[in-house]
Amino acid sequence: MEPFDYRRPGDAATAVRTVAADPSAVFLGGGTNLVDHLKLGVRTPGLVVDVTSLTSAEITDHNGGLRIGAAVRNSDLAADRRVRERYPVLAQALLAGASGQLRNMATTGGNPLQRTRCVYFQDVTTPCNKRSPGSGCSAIGGYTRHHAVLGASPECIATHPSDLAVALTALDAEVQVLGPDGERTLGFGDLHRLPGDRPDRDTVLEHGELITAIDLPEVPIARNSAYRKVRDRASYAFALVSVAAALRVESGIVRDSRIAFGGVAHKPWRASRAEEVLLDAPATEATYREAAEAELAGAVAVDGIDGGNGFKIPLLANTLAATLRDLTREAK
Amino acid sequence: MTPRSIGLDLARRDGPAKVTGTATYAYETAVEHPAYCHPVQATIARGRVTRLDTTAAAALPGVLTVLTEANAERLASTEDGELAVLQSAEVAFRGQLIGCVVAETSEIARQAADLVEVSYAEEDHETELTADGSYDADTTGDVESAFAEAEFVVDQTYTTAMYHNNPMEPHATTALWQDGTLTLWESTQGVHPTRSSVAEVFGLDTSRIRVVCPYVGGGFGSKGMPHANVVLAAMAARALPGRPVKLAVTRQQMFSLTGYRTPTIQRTRLAAGRDGRLSAIAFDVAEQTSKVKEFAEESGKPSRTMYAAPNRRIAHRLAALDVPVTSWMRAPGECPGMFGPEVAMDELADRLGMDPIELRLVNDPAEDPESGKPFSSRNLAECLRTGAERFGWADRGPRRDGRWLVGCGVAASVYPVNRMPESTAVIRFAGGRYTVDIGAADLGTGTWTTLPQIAADALGVPVDEVEVRIGDTDYPHASVAGGSSGMITWGSAVLDAAAVFREKFGTDPADGDEAEGSVSENPEEEHFAMSAFGAQFVEARVHADTGEVRVPRMHGVFAVGRVINPRTTRSQLVGGMTMGLSMALHEQSVLDPRFGHVVNHDLAEYHVAANADAGQITAEWLDEHDPHVNAMGAKGVGEIGIVGAAAAVVNAVHRATGVRVRDLPVTLDKLLVSAPRGF
Repeated sequence: MEPFDYRRPGDAATAVRTVAADPSAVFLGGGTNLVDHLKLGVRTPGLVVDVTSLTSAEITDHNGGLRIGAAVRNSDLAADRRVRERYPVLAQALLAGASGQLRNMATTGGNPLQRTRCVYFQDVTTPCNKRSPGSGCSAIGGYTRHHAVLGASPECIATHPSDLAVALTALDAEVQVLGPDGERTLGFGDLHRLPGDRPDRDTVLEHGELITAIDLPEVPIARNSAYRKVRDRASYAFALVSVAAALRVESGIVRDSRIAFGGVAHKPWRASRAEEVLLDAPATEATYREAAEAELAGAVAVDGIDGGNGFKIPLLANTLAATLRDLTREAK
Repeated sequence: MTPRSIGLDLARRDGPAKVTGTATYAYETAVEHPAYCHPVQATIARGRVTRLDTTAAAALPGVLTVLTEANAERLASTEDGELAVLQSAEVAFRGQLIGCVVAETSEIARQAADLVEVSYAEEDHETELTADGSYDADTTGDVESAFAEAEFVVDQTYTTAMYHNNPMEPHATTALWQDGTLTLWESTQGVHPTRSSVAEVFGLDTSRIRVVCPYVGGGFGSKGMPHANVVLAAMAARALPGRPVKLAVTRQQMFSLTGYRTPTIQRTRLAAGRDGRLSAIAFDVAEQTSKVKEFAEESGKPSRTMYAAPNRRIAHRLAALDVPVTSWMRAPGECPGMFGPEVAMDELADRLGMDPIELRLVNDPAEDPESGKPFSSRNLAECLRTGAERFGWADRGPRRDGRWLVGCGVAASVYPVNRMPESTAVIRFAGGRYTVDIGAADLGTGTWTTLPQIAADALGVPVDEVEVRIGDTDYPHASVAGGSSGMITWGSAVLDAAAVFREKFGTDPADGDEAEGSVSENPEEEHFAMSAFGAQFVEARVHADTGEVRVPRMHGVFAVGRVINPRTTRSQLVGGMTMGLSMALHEQSVLDPRFGHVVNHDLAEYHVAANADAGQITAEWLDEHDPHVNAMGAKGVGEIGIVGAAAAVVNAVHRATGVRVRDLPVTLDKLLVSAPRGF
């Protein structure tokens, strides 16, 4: 660990200006990922700017939906009655993540910005294009069990680890961002990037831009939604695959759906092709399988020293079908 | 001796200190003005350090010294290659110690360690274990003819993964070299064995070394013998006389420095007739060892004595690789060695259309197949029968519960009765109370509580009149807490001391009366084979869509002689079973052969069973009386709980799904691949 300066500015605008002015500065939220990185040497910032008390820690009604302050803790968000009733997929995703202790620390703004748990990214003695651009990808040909089958590049096959982000992607959430040049709003699905030839960049945020809130639009079908996370143990493990889904069925026909995948790509993966197949199709196992196959048509398995990650493709198809099957009920 | 205190369900004496945080562990030892040591590790798997530049590290404010091969003291003995720290520029495995920084704070030490610049002459390395190569075989009878003639044969290869012990408390030392004496506050399973090893390495008389360890936050064998970190801490202390030095191994460093269980590749063959009687057992196991120190996991051991088969072949292959040093992990030998054979028994039972319990009963030997001696007690059959009834074996499935496939499995357990021939206890009477001194260890096993129970009965007094002092070389010599031998060995020494005490001083001693007793080898071992036995029952549920495995129920029935304390015994047995469940479903150190190190080297990626994975895990024991093992009639309980547990899980998963997983861990992909669209 290298020494760094620590500051707690009085307001978010000052924090943004401070970070924007110093290329070695980073924001500190709940610290559940950054502090690990400091210890591991994965990140060596010169300045850590603590923003935990600079953004809202409130969940408020907003345009028929909810506005979630960036400082809202994961545990508080999961427990909110409005979230549990109107967006069960979100509450379930939060509770499927990490541990109780971590959820008490992790924030709404910070959680989507956590970085991959690729073992090579986290080990400074092995090459990694994400950590050290141009050094190579150690995961390719290595331990790929947790790696991507969708949207990867020859530069990087890492996956995004957040469960919360998968639910927010399915819910068409919006991200409120404060930058040195003012505020802007991003669709949640546009926040994260595919690796391409710049795997060091996880998101489209510029240096110094701070997430101040996340807005959930009114999504009536989200009342019939679920998050299904499949992992290597019953708790405290990252997703091998996960599915966030909301479904509306009328007279045996799918009239609307929202689907996103986790654990399979560099970003939360919006399953638009699957949604297209489902629209106005019979709410049957065959349709659900067809939707999964459409979305996974471009999936690519990566060989590895522990059998590779090819199992994720049938596993994800099965998990999507099972999740949709569980959500299949006639809309009231 | 009449058991009055022995058998009582007494709470741990050290419990309040532990839950209130006042029990002092090695790293927390209150010392004046400590310095902190952080290792520098090799980042190649094989080769030589050609240049090691410590200029930047040494220049960092707060750095006290940087030790490397160039300036470290020459050790008196380098016979133990693992402990020959900083004695050569050769690198024998990735992660090997090549230096350390000692600084005013642990943060400065860690930062400076990163500033040490190293160049290497790298050589090709070999870190992958294969089954190919030569085996040392030990054969009885005509194995190959038996297979050729057998009506039913199982011939399968099973593998267990590389496992790291991962106790909660990392390996840690506070070391002080002062006035020609070395004091080590050390997290260890044996203060005296640690002292002997360190004395030899540094060429010091044992009287000049004191090792103190009242509490251990888990060891599972990895603290059974000192590893390189202990030598490094002592070396750092000797470089700074009068200044205490603290060294705590990080979780990541534990994956290369503090021992682990070798992976195994086990070709297992069973030959049997239609009645299920085994005519031959053949077990060929490949394992690895480090090139710097040979350590053999004796996985073939249990197959020598487990079942009656006139023809037996036990063969080991020990491959020396460019890997970290293998070492003890809970039930070395028996734990991996009872995986393949106990799954193979299940496969044979399937082939025969026989209940797997019945198959084991048919092959339960009347005497030890290896030595021909009778068993001092062998209640495997009773464990199987009792367990079958308690667990509800008759309803073992397979059945379906919604999307879950349900089935049950069984496997047998065995662990030898080990007694170390060396340990001494001193009993002193003062102020109406007895104090027992012995350098024994309590690694969470219960020694603080159970030794007083034994002493109380040996002296014929209530247990609250007995005080025990352990975990310090200032007390009489005690053997290592290993091989489930601790309570048997130290308890035998305490019994002897009590007998001497009563003989000398009668039942009305005076203040200051003191007597010493010791333990020797058990003469009964000439006449009897001695082991504990058990039966493990598991219910597994496998999700039809995802292959996820859940184990809602495990039940173990054990025959472990007389139980000293039901509470600590249950804790040991259930702990072992939980670790076996973890081995079955989760644990796996993934070594990347390109780099030569374990890449999932933390507890986020190296999975052990979480609370949510451990369902209802229960253990019970038979009322077993064995007068031959020792005067207490007790067998060790530290290790048998893990033995057979993984096989029982695999057998249950097979019962539930029809899929036989032969390579641990049983991860969901192995079930999905066999049933890509669900079952």
